[in-house]
Amino acid sequence: MVTTHLNTQDVFNLIAGIPDPEIPVITIQDLGILRDVKLIDDTCVVTITPTYTACPAMGMIEDQIKEILSGHGINKVKVELTYTPAWTTDWLSQEAKTKLKNYGIAPPSHSSCTKLFGPAEVVICPQCNSKHTTLISRFGSTACKALYKCEDCKETFDLFKCH
Amino acid sequence: MTTKEATYNYAIRLGDNALILGHRLSELCSRGPILEEDLALTNVALDMIGRAQALLKYAAELEGKGHTEDDIAYRRAEINYHNHLLIEQPNGDFAHTIARQLYLSVFEYLFYTELEKSKDTTLAAIASKTIKEVKYHMQHAIDWTLRLGDGTAESHKRMQKGLNDLYMYTGELFEMDHIDTYLLHQHIAVDAISLKAKWQNEIEKVLAEATLSLPEDTYMQTGSKKGVHTENLGHILSEMQYLQRAYPDAKW
Repeated sequence: MVTTHLNTQDVFNLIAGIPDPEIPVITIQDLGILRDVKLIDDTCVVTITPTYTACPAMGMIEDQIKEILSGHGINKVKVELTYTPAWTTDWLSQEAKTKLKNYGIAPPSHSSCTKLFGPAEVVICPQCNSKHTTLISRFGSTACKALYKCEDCKETFDLFKCH
Repeated sequence: MTTKEATYNYAIRLGDNALILGHRLSELCSRGPILEEDLALTNVALDMIGRAQALLKYAAELEGKGHTEDDIAYRRAEINYHNHLLIEQPNGDFAHTIARQLYLSVFEYLFYTELEKSKDTTLAAIASKTIKEVKYHMQHAIDWTLRLGDGTAESHKRMQKGLNDLYMYTGELFEMDHIDTYLLHQHIAVDAISLKAKWQNEIEKVLAEATLSLPEDTYMQTGSKKGVHTENLGHILSEMQYLQRAYPDAKW
């Protein structure tokens, strides 16, 4: 038995607010990284999924989950990594997208993820809302972002890639 | 050979491809031709290392000897690595690196699309994750092939040379040995032979647009499934395994 009065929903709520280490304005729940919480005998099993296979934030998120739960008397914690279903930006809520935009990162658009070629999606500058933007590089400062520039306000910005 | 043993070997091969390419591409860190490319190539390297970690971890589980993915990555001799010969080829100039990325990423896109249907649920899950990342690698390689091929006379010449020099290592991508065949019958492995025509078709399409041509048929190098490599792998391992050899079990 878990020596706590907390149920799975309580545990979920406790850790849902952990900020993403690389984009601290959104949480692991906003991002869809936090998949499941189970209480099995005396162990709390938390399932998370990486955004990208090599996402370096996973270790830190695991540590934070353990730290928070330990503060609430749950010391036997097992953090499991799942690859299926594969993480997708379709899991980001509208609220999360607004937070990203306010933070200066263009949020991903829905449903074009599976498209391989064809015309590039229109990316809106998070600074000035211009549609007049150009791709600088498909790869940005982290695995989940691409680098763009705005031809109107001339700022460079990150796009959270559709994935 | 049991299914478990065969799957172990299969996971090692796929894991080694990701591990060695991850190492090759990370050599370009701070040496990219422009800053954005530096980021791009090392991002691809990071994806590769993530994939290697997942596959070698699975191999370690199947092996059941209490090894970790790090033990498998760093504590084997050259003959026990099974990455494709194409992958261990040096980065060369930028066109050479792009030629290698083009040949390989188009192959991996086709390969992992099939592996996603594998009856082995772990391999299928890793494949479904990988396929999304490979799409970016492929788009990146195609973008640059078009830009270099259809660029200046010099960039065209170098891109064609890169394609020509590496072509002899592409035949191996489509080889099947007894382990592949055994697992194919169990709907675990991919039928690599069946990917050849699609691969060639895709590559020819890109090269035509880039005003480049597919190299002529040539003698195809082979050996990695048996652990026979070009001299390049030994040099990679001497660097990659240095720390583990000098300070076994080092922790930080």
